[in-house]
Amino acid sequence: MARGEVGKVGVAIDTLGDMEALFDGIPLDKVSTSMTINAPAAILLAMYVQTADKQGVGCKKLKGTIQNDILKEYAARGTYIFPPAPSMRLITDIFAFCSQYIPSWNTISISGYHIREAGSTAVQELAFTLANGIAYVEAALQAGLKVDDFAPRLSFFFNAHLDFFEEIAKFRAARRLWAKIMKERFGAKSPKSLMLRFHTQTAGCTLTAQQPQNNVIRVTLQALSAVLGGTQSLHTNSMDEAFSLPSEDAVQIAVRTQQVIAYESGVANTADPLGGSFYVEHLTSEIEERAQTYIDQIDEMGGAAAAIEQGYVQKEIQESAYAYQKAVEAGEQILVGLNKFQDEEVPPRNLLRVDTAVMESQVAGLKQLKAKRDNVAVATAIKKLKKSARGNDNLMPPFMEAVKCYATLGEICDTLRDVFGEYTAVSTV
Amino acid sequence: MYLESILLCRRCKVPKKIRVLAAKPGLDGHDRGIKVICCALRDAGMEVIYTGLRQTPEQIVQAAIQEDVDVIGMSVLSGAHDYLFPRVMELLKGAGATDIIVIGGGIIPEEDIKSLRDVGIRAVFGPGTPTTDIVRFIKETVSR
Repeated sequence: MARGEVGKVGVAIDTLGDMEALFDGIPLDKVSTSMTINAPAAILLAMYVQTADKQGVGCKKLKGTIQNDILKEYAARGTYIFPPAPSMRLITDIFAFCSQYIPSWNTISISGYHIREAGSTAVQELAFTLANGIAYVEAALQAGLKVDDFAPRLSFFFNAHLDFFEEIAKFRAARRLWAKIMKERFGAKSPKSLMLRFHTQTAGCTLTAQQPQNNVIRVTLQALSAVLGGTQSLHTNSMDEAFSLPSEDAVQIAVRTQQVIAYESGVANTADPLGGSFYVEHLTSEIEERAQTYIDQIDEMGGAAAAIEQGYVQKEIQESAYAYQKAVEAGEQILVGLNKFQDEEVPPRNLLRVDTAVMESQVAGLKQLKAKRDNVAVATAIKKLKKSARGNDNLMPPFMEAVKCYATLGEICDTLRDVFGEYTAVSTV
Repeated sequence: MYLESILLCRRCKVPKKIRVLAAKPGLDGHDRGIKVICCALRDAGMEVIYTGLRQTPEQIVQAAIQEDVDVIGMSVLSGAHDYLFPRVMELLKGAGATDIIVIGGGIIPEEDIKSLRDVGIRAVFGPGTPTTDIVRFIKETVSR
């Protein structure tokens, strides 16, 4: 099924061998690593820990993030494997394991980004993300964890879209809402549990294939809104991403955009510089209120997982996406170069191409590895994992054991598929 | 008598609704575009069957034949179009179903479009395409 995609959607990590090669020469006690991984997040984290172990780096020194946000996969992004209940168990297993052994790890990045990219409004992005956050906290509490033990490691991930002030207000409303939820709903005591720390990526869906150089300006404005909104980290998209994976030159401009904002503009020198602005405060309150209405409604439906299983969240997002498309086609939402101020288009040059040899060498390497690893050890580890999956044990230790003897991600996921089954999406179209 | 035959002729000529299979081949989970297009085609009076995510080329061709569609519309944003689209065309040929019009869209560089058209993909719609263009293309091509 992955044919044609290997090496195009990120680096291929099939086994611990790939992870070791990826971090060869990179000391894992000196860097922070973010992995955009969800359904198999626990397994990738296990590989990372084992790679560090081989470098002689202990768990306590590891810093980084796994996205690990399965609810938004069902709702918006599509890379789920297992049904919600066992998926939530994998997530709480990670919370429990990390709070004990990898205290500096961000165990989840609760993501509105993909919800927005799938077409939601700003208010929906915020509401659905926080509703998912509530579901994770509830699952962790049900698994017996204490709120102040895991809540400080929760992190968030938002989108920076076109409407400059609306986005700033959205980030501010997110902090207000989350602090209130943690304090009032979950009785968190630690101030760190109340903090909503977030990463931002500029909105990929707003990049146009028409007059692609305009994307540099769009990205700049979006990045600025994220900084003024108080983001902890930032990803700026490259101008040519409406065509393909970005070229080296385009990526460099995207990085320089951040550097200009960070080092030249001075906008990062003050926390919440727009606090007190009548308009921004008004917008913040309005977004907070409207998001709260959604959260209340999702609560009434039985929480985020139930709302997703009923297809409610997906339908809401879809309807917004279609409304946005109609607004663009009617010229109500202006996109410069696309539906206004159009010009003759020149096809872009120097796009990045991923060689198909990448896939062939990956497949060959995997075959080789399977032939030379200790297959008896693999079979034993897989058997143990299956037993743990059927019971209630924390799955991180059996994952660790399986990846250590170079069981593949596919073998481990297939074992879990046998026990957990696979998720079938509800049809909402 | 004369009047009746006209009515009959007209009745025969009432075009059946255009049937479209909207498909997501491969592992790519980006489905905003295809879902928006599903809505737009339905609003334009077509019958649309959406496959959902993670379909193999085999599943897509099988569904297209079973559902007796006039058009297959595939969306790929992962860069795998250069394998998946030709593979679907190959299977359609093998099944003798080359009368089905196949179109595609997604993140597809201009320079790839020629080779996709060479294997029989009738049109490739990139980012920014108004849905009305796709509706028009399907209506014109099917009625020909």
